[in-house]
Amino acid sequence: MRRGPDWLAHAILGLGVLLFALPVWLVLAGSTQDSAAIARGELSLWPGADGLAAYARAWHGGAPRMLLTSLGMALLIAGGKIVISSLSAFAVAFFRFPFRQVAFWLIFLTLMLPVEVRIIPTYAVMSDFGLINSFTGLWVPLIASATATLLYRQVFVAIPDELIEAARMDGAGPLRFFWDIVVPVSAANTAALFVILFVYGWNQYLWPLLVATDPRLDTIVIGIVKMIAVETQADWAAVMATAVLALLPPVVVVVLMQRWFVSGLTEGEK
Amino acid sequence: MERRTVFHHRLLPILLVAPQFLLTVFFFLWPAGEAIWSSMTRQDPFGLHSQFVGLDNFTDLFEDPLYRDSIGRTVVFMTAVSLLSMAVALLLAVFADREIRGRGIYRTLLIWPYAIAPAMAAVLWLLLLQPQIGLVGVWLNRHGIAWDYHLNGTQALTVVILASAWKQVSYNFIFFLAGLQSIPRTVTEAARLDGAKGWRRFRTITFPLLAPTTFFLIVVNLVYAAFDTFGTVQALTQGGPGKATETLVIKVYRDGVVNLDIGSSSAQSVVLMLGVVALTALQFRFLGRRSDA
Repeated sequence: MRRGPDWLAHAILGLGVLLFALPVWLVLAGSTQDSAAIARGELSLWPGADGLAAYARAWHGGAPRMLLTSLGMALLIAGGKIVISSLSAFAVAFFRFPFRQVAFWLIFLTLMLPVEVRIIPTYAVMSDFGLINSFTGLWVPLIASATATLLYRQVFVAIPDELIEAARMDGAGPLRFFWDIVVPVSAANTAALFVILFVYGWNQYLWPLLVATDPRLDTIVIGIVKMIAVETQADWAAVMATAVLALLPPVVVVVLMQRWFVSGLTEGEK
Repeated sequence: MERRTVFHHRLLPILLVAPQFLLTVFFFLWPAGEAIWSSMTRQDPFGLHSQFVGLDNFTDLFEDPLYRDSIGRTVVFMTAVSLLSMAVALLLAVFADREIRGRGIYRTLLIWPYAIAPAMAAVLWLLLLQPQIGLVGVWLNRHGIAWDYHLNGTQALTVVILASAWKQVSYNFIFFLAGLQSIPRTVTEAARLDGAKGWRRFRTITFPLLAPTTFFLIVVNLVYAAFDTFGTVQALTQGGPGKATETLVIKVYRDGVVNLDIGSSSAQSVVLMLGVVALTALQFRFLGRRSDA
């Protein structure tokens, strides 16, 4: 099928690609340049002569600790959300119990209450629990997920009754059924969710800003924003090296798992 | 929807729901309840006593010209971010949907920015537009254009809109592309045989068929622009200069965390909650219609 010339498509898509690649290229190139020159307004699109020196400075300036905090947070949030949501969706889809609908709607409500709308009261509750400035406080309160529960419920409801009957005939209890049938059947959805939730966890900003003022709990994203907050004295090459390190993990996860991620995202949220 | 075959257990399902349920109660419903309660109380300056004042905080809030300005600014910001980001994404998706060479690579190169954090988008745009070091910012100033978003409010608002819209393009691209791919080829092919040319075919056939996707994305983008852009704005301008980029979420943060005005900040939180509830209701009204179809 032909609609208009191909060169137009290549030109527009090429521009689109550049729109995203250019800032990232600039960060990569800048991370190899001299910070003093960048501060004088001599940031260039070509790699500089400083090689990996800025990466070494970023590495000794606490980047490994921040990367580990971000990685721990992203993995625990993704894993925690997947476990908790699949279990509760399993209960809602396969059991009858009192207040089933109430439980479902309460979970659903969380969809309407993002951190941004409950900044102050959430801080108060967190300090009642003694979770301010603790690693637990960074991830546990974030693992309730309405989106993941809704998605899993949708997948589980589509599992044919025959499979449950068959499992029963084989004498499998509900937990065995969950592990042997439900988990493998929804594996592709879990993979997609993992990408979405990993990126969500890695990219958190307001939450760590609120609940962890201790610099030892800085995530890499918080760390960079702190580095650029002192614009006049920033070590720009080190900022850019840190930015490269902060971008790499979520980008790798998205690119490697692109196929599951795209189908899971577009099926799940509609 | 309801399934005939179910497991019969009393305790097990409750245990399975319990973790999610407890987290929801402690970290969502309780804070939300506290927000509603403290939005209707006022503390003395020492924070020792609080007094129930009904809806006074809300009346004060909506009588405050600064708050009304912030609402207006947020609406402008949300509209600009959503429009810009969706328009660019739709353009790219239409061309990426064509059968051209290398489209797999184009798609990957347009999808990966999904991974960029809102706060990281701010860092990347700073390197382009910061007046003393940014590639474009320095160039503008050298060529006689007074460019400094630390001083000029309009420029600041432009910068946060650009960075916020940029970050959301790949999300919209993914959904528009999926929407385009779900349009049966026979439909567009039939229009082509009827002699409808590119733009006309898009306007009369493709775009109307994309309506469900477009509507879904409008809601998602408005929510994104209202809430998720906190990191972008905070990292670029902290709401400044003055209040030029102070959106509602930035204002809650400034009033509550920085200035510790709990009553007003809680009232603002409640207003935002109502906003999210309205947007979500809108979205699910539309979702309901879709699943009926």
